[in-house]
Amino acid sequence: MSELLILNGRLVDPAAGIDEPRDLLVREGRVVAVETPGAFAAVEAAETIDAAGCIVAPGFVDVHVHLREPGQTWKESIATGTAAAAAGGFTTVVAMPNTVPVNDTAESLRWMLDPARGSQVNLFAMPAATLGSMGVTLSDYATLAAAGAVGFTDDGKPVLEDHVMRAALLTSGRLGLVVSQHAEDTRLTGGCSMNHGAVAFRLGLRGMTVEAETRIVERDIRLLREIEAEDGVRGRLHVQHVSTARAMDAIRAAKADGLHVTCEVAPHHFTLTDEAIGDFNTNAKMNPPLRIESDRLAMIAALLDGTVDCIATDHAPHARHEKEVEFERAPNGITGLETALGLALRVLHREHGMSLTRVVELMSANPARIVKLGGRGALSPGSYADLAIFDAGAEWNYAAAASKSNSKNSPFDGAPMLGQVRATVVGGRVVFRG
Amino acid sequence: MPGVATILMEGTFQTSPYAPGSLITVASLSVAETSSILSTTAKLAAMPAAEKATLLAGRRIALLFYESSTRTRTSFELAAKSLGATTTLVSDKSSSIEKGESLKDTGLTLRALGAECIILRHNAGGAPFVLARTTGLPVLNAGDGMHQHPSQALLDLRTILTRLGLDATRVDETSLKGVTVTITGDIRHSRVARSNAMLLPRLGAKVLLCGPPELLPEEALTLGEGVEIVRDFDTALRRSQVAMMLRIQRERLAGLELDLTEYTTNYQLNEDRLARCAPKALVMHPGPMIRGLEIQGEVADGPNSAIEDQVGHGLAVRAALLVRALGVEL
Repeated sequence: MSELLILNGRLVDPAAGIDEPRDLLVREGRVVAVETPGAFAAVEAAETIDAAGCIVAPGFVDVHVHLREPGQTWKESIATGTAAAAAGGFTTVVAMPNTVPVNDTAESLRWMLDPARGSQVNLFAMPAATLGSMGVTLSDYATLAAAGAVGFTDDGKPVLEDHVMRAALLTSGRLGLVVSQHAEDTRLTGGCSMNHGAVAFRLGLRGMTVEAETRIVERDIRLLREIEAEDGVRGRLHVQHVSTARAMDAIRAAKADGLHVTCEVAPHHFTLTDEAIGDFNTNAKMNPPLRIESDRLAMIAALLDGTVDCIATDHAPHARHEKEVEFERAPNGITGLETALGLALRVLHREHGMSLTRVVELMSANPARIVKLGGRGALSPGSYADLAIFDAGAEWNYAAAASKSNSKNSPFDGAPMLGQVRATVVGGRVVFRG
Repeated sequence: MPGVATILMEGTFQTSPYAPGSLITVASLSVAETSSILSTTAKLAAMPAAEKATLLAGRRIALLFYESSTRTRTSFELAAKSLGATTTLVSDKSSSIEKGESLKDTGLTLRALGAECIILRHNAGGAPFVLARTTGLPVLNAGDGMHQHPSQALLDLRTILTRLGLDATRVDETSLKGVTVTITGDIRHSRVARSNAMLLPRLGAKVLLCGPPELLPEEALTLGEGVEIVRDFDTALRRSQVAMMLRIQRERLAGLELDLTEYTTNYQLNEDRLARCAPKALVMHPGPMIRGLEIQGEVADGPNSAIEDQVGHGLAVRAALLVRALGVEL
């Protein structure tokens, strides 16, 4: 019987309202006891982690990652992407369906979740909202849910047609699962490779407007209202990587109206603006694009005031040769699993005074709740022993070359980070030590 | 409070070290460097042809063109040859680019063949940065997408200085004090407008941008100090010593609807408008021009026109840029 002791740490468990020194006893993959320091002095565990000087938190949950397998393993594989996750303190990730082929059947979903893929952390997936993510025919939600789907999304290919999105929200709502929407009206963004505005004008690049994001968010919120009024079904909308102040305002208002809307913000949207593109740096190219300073500050305000439910990385690996091209031709996306904590602590905690409890909540308890992962995102007895143990005061600089990911496309190469993961534990097993 | 983005960027997004002698954007060109290029241009213009032809003898220069060009390509090529350099032209239509070879690999191939400098024309903004970062060679931007056309701005500068009777051998922050330049037309899609609107005000000029909102969005004001938007062409012309006209770039309009008859009525530079508003103004056009659309043929050929001068100065300025790129001291 394998036992693990985590001693001398400061437990930050937002779900239990604990921020105190605590020792934890883990047995058979579960937390069995949480006690004041010294309580387990008589226990002789097979393994002990000395967490002195560290925060012991529920392992992080990322509801938005691209693991590129099957089909694009030169960018990333389930094994390498989840190794990067472990290095970043993530114990659970949710894979997006834009693989090749698209994950839109129970068969492909089961293949992806099979332990043979070599995932280093708990792996879940959101299959495609429509077949082939073509936006026309809904995939088989009930069958997918039975096979383990934790939500549905067409991610980079937003569901544009009103009646299709309405059907998606209705069908998933009946199952109690979210439709996770990449809010971009792609009819307005053809040929655009960055944010619309002064920087785009200076660089001579076509820009995506704020409207392209808000139109879809507002439309989806309207559909939620409609479904609730006309069908009596409570739809669940999750808005991915919100990047504009106006879209955030719409979400804030919808929440105040009692609709089931949740949202995520990516670390790059609360740390960088479109100025980071500099000399056409393709590692600052992603979708939604980096916006302007007032949008960045609006993301931080919404993270602080509770409008934002979680931080999600939108980890989107691409090979060097794919990014080392003309800006307009470069694929969208950056890696993010290893930099999320360091950026959140540096910017949200240190610069903007967010409590450690709130940071941990945004990265664990809340995202676990959005995708309904019972027993995760908390460390009370009986919970899964998924833990992130980190030194919240450690200053370091991210080195993309040392990444566990197959890809190194990060705009944060060399950037200062605050807070470093010392150990990541998944189901009672130490999967990373830093 | 300084933006955190800025703090993060300080350590992260430093301008990559591009090979000295590169010219990719006027944004990174100081007034002192501008002055030095003009001074080199003047020295080269005064130099006997035989002496000039020794300056880059035995040096190899590659012209890499992903977009069609008459003036820029020919003048860079003739400038290189006048300095004794060997040139080679690679265009996207007749090379391995058609087979999918990347810009990086094309650049590395040219470098392996001995190219010491690459002159790049590309339809994607920022492409010269990619080439400069991946080859380490000095890169001269001969026009990239809607971004920049720095050699055009420099030749326009020399044209203005010369035709206005100012010192064309050196400049400082006040050289163009009292000079107002109106740039009219398709500013949105114009790399020439961006380069000029960034360069000329730094030398003391006032730049008026003129055109309808579809072709001239308000963001254009952020190009820099000394830039103003004046929607009415007559009003702008009355204030100007120089009228720079731009072509409507139909190939980049991307679905934008424009009433050309209305455009011509409001923004064409014709004899009547010139005589009424700015009879002495210098008329410039980077080419290619569409006679009868943005400019009347009679004005292009008339006494105010500096359009052919611009071409001549192009040759001279580009010779200076090549000498600078290859590190030759005069």
